[in-house]
Amino acid sequence: MSTKQWPLWEVFVRSKNGLEHRHFGSLHAADADMALENARDVYTRRNEGVSIWVVESKNITASNPEHNGEMFEPAKDKVYRHPTFYELPDEVKYM
Amino acid sequence: MKKSLYNYILGIADNSLILGQRMGELCGHGPSLETDIACTNISLDLFGQVRSYYQYAAKIAGDGRTEDDIAMLRKEREYVNVLLVEQPNTDFAYTMARHFLFDVYHLLFLTELKKSKDMTLAAIATKCIKEVRYHQRFSSDWIRRLGDGTEESQNRMQAAINDLWTYTDELFHQTEADKAMVSEGIGVDVTKLKEAYYEKVNTILEESTLTIPESKYFQKGGKMGIHTEHMGFLLSELQYMQRTYPNMEW
Repeated sequence: MSTKQWPLWEVFVRSKNGLEHRHFGSLHAADADMALENARDVYTRRNEGVSIWVVESKNITASNPEHNGEMFEPAKDKVYRHPTFYELPDEVKYM
Repeated sequence: MKKSLYNYILGIADNSLILGQRMGELCGHGPSLETDIACTNISLDLFGQVRSYYQYAAKIAGDGRTEDDIAMLRKEREYVNVLLVEQPNTDFAYTMARHFLFDVYHLLFLTELKKSKDMTLAAIATKCIKEVRYHQRFSSDWIRRLGDGTEESQNRMQAAINDLWTYTDELFHQTEADKAMVSEGIGVDVTKLKEAYYEKVNTILEESTLTIPESKYFQKGGKMGIHTEHMGFLLSELQYMQRTYPNMEW
């Protein structure tokens, strides 16, 4: 096996028409076509999908876990941003 | 008629069985995890296909033998697959070249088999063709990738194509069963696939910046049960479980 790794790709699969693509996992591939074929074989061989997106992992900009304090903490004590202070009639389901 | 149909079905099924076994050998040994899964997947596609054929053959034979008996318990000379599919996985270029050279034939063959007067064969062909279309896409992409890749990958792919080329002509030889089934409107006239086959293969080789071999010397024998030295080793592994634990079932 080569010591040089193929680039990493992130795989998004739409399970059913009408649903959004969801992140399924990642894999290695030399190019986009190979990534798509590998994704088909690795993630959809048990009939899990109707559409696949692949994107090279380096193209994803991720938030830095070290910045989680300033990124996410301030939202924690702002419960009023959740619309939980309303009385919902019983007729309104699935809110 | 019954005997010819039986032999004809084996002629189709044995190709996929032996090729499936070769691809299955890569399980746990593929060049990368993803390619390993892809090859094993293709192997399972082929095994799935041959089950339908052998079940049908068992029904035609009507002598109490099951699909497993037919697939697993024949002797080497009774297998009628083409020599191409039994060639070993020398390296990944060989594995893909062998698959590609068979896939192009397989897709053309099934496209014609769909029109068979035999409803069962036509139905099996219709089911298999989507899988085989993917196999051809997968192997063709690898021919291009390695052929039009680095100097090393191109040399290896060219060597594989050159070595395996000698087994391609046999795909278009007619057996007695072939002739009988073609005259019944059941079988595919493989001699008519030859032109389209080389056209497709040559196009992809050219796209892959590979040289089309000029050799006019071709090997044959598999369709008559006369195999290369690799076949015995392959069968001993394929048949190991049934020979060691007779009548075992999953």
